[in-house]
Amino acid sequence: MAVRVQEADFDMGAELAALSAGNRRVGALASFVGLVRDMHVDGDGQPVSAMTLEHYPGMTERQLEAIEAEARARWPLEDCLVIHRYGRLEPGDRIVLVACASPHRDAAFEACRFLMDWLKTKAPFWKLEETPEGRRWVEARDSDTAAAERWQG
Amino acid sequence: MRLLYFAWLRSKIGLAEESVEPPAGVTDVAGLVEWLRGRGPGYADALANLAVVKVAVNQEYVPFDHPVGPGDEVALFPPVTGG
Repeated sequence: MAVRVQEADFDMGAELAALSAGNRRVGALASFVGLVRDMHVDGDGQPVSAMTLEHYPGMTERQLEAIEAEARARWPLEDCLVIHRYGRLEPGDRIVLVACASPHRDAAFEACRFLMDWLKTKAPFWKLEETPEGRRWVEARDSDTAAAERWQG
Repeated sequence: MRLLYFAWLRSKIGLAEESVEPPAGVTDVAGLVEWLRGRGPGYADALANLAVVKVAVNQEYVPFDHPVGPGDEVALFPPVTGG
């Protein structure tokens, strides 16, 4: 069980290998990696040359730990990992890694999706995009709220 | 009381954090926001539409009727956009 908030990049292969190393109960390892896109998806499709991720040190870790604990309460997970970066990132750069190890694939897949959906609406991060027209703060999307609400109750 | 501002709330207010001593009548988040609005145009602009302002007291999300007191860390920020 681990949550890491860091400026540095991460090695996907090494992180996934470490998550199941030495644990023979793990039959499924699912992961999601979020990357910086080179354009804004909503509306105008403006090119994005970079983005800066700001966060709330302290609360970020607490929220991610709470989300991870919730995932472990809902699914039989052997282990899980959340790494989220902050600072200035460019298109193609990795932002976030979520990985879940479980005896069976359904739990690993579902827990991974749950972690991302809740993280997007609860972890205190904010994206500032750089576009040809200047910098702008990314607005929260209703579709992300709807995705998180599917897991309520 | 320690106040923290993030993202465009920080830009509009012009501060990342500050220590304040609100008057005794300020007992909850709503009262604190109302008091902050009177501190200057940047605050009034940042806090004009509370539908896009989230609040955390001592690093936990709370509603606007949540109590606040002298030792609290209160953070005001827009809906989050990580991941």
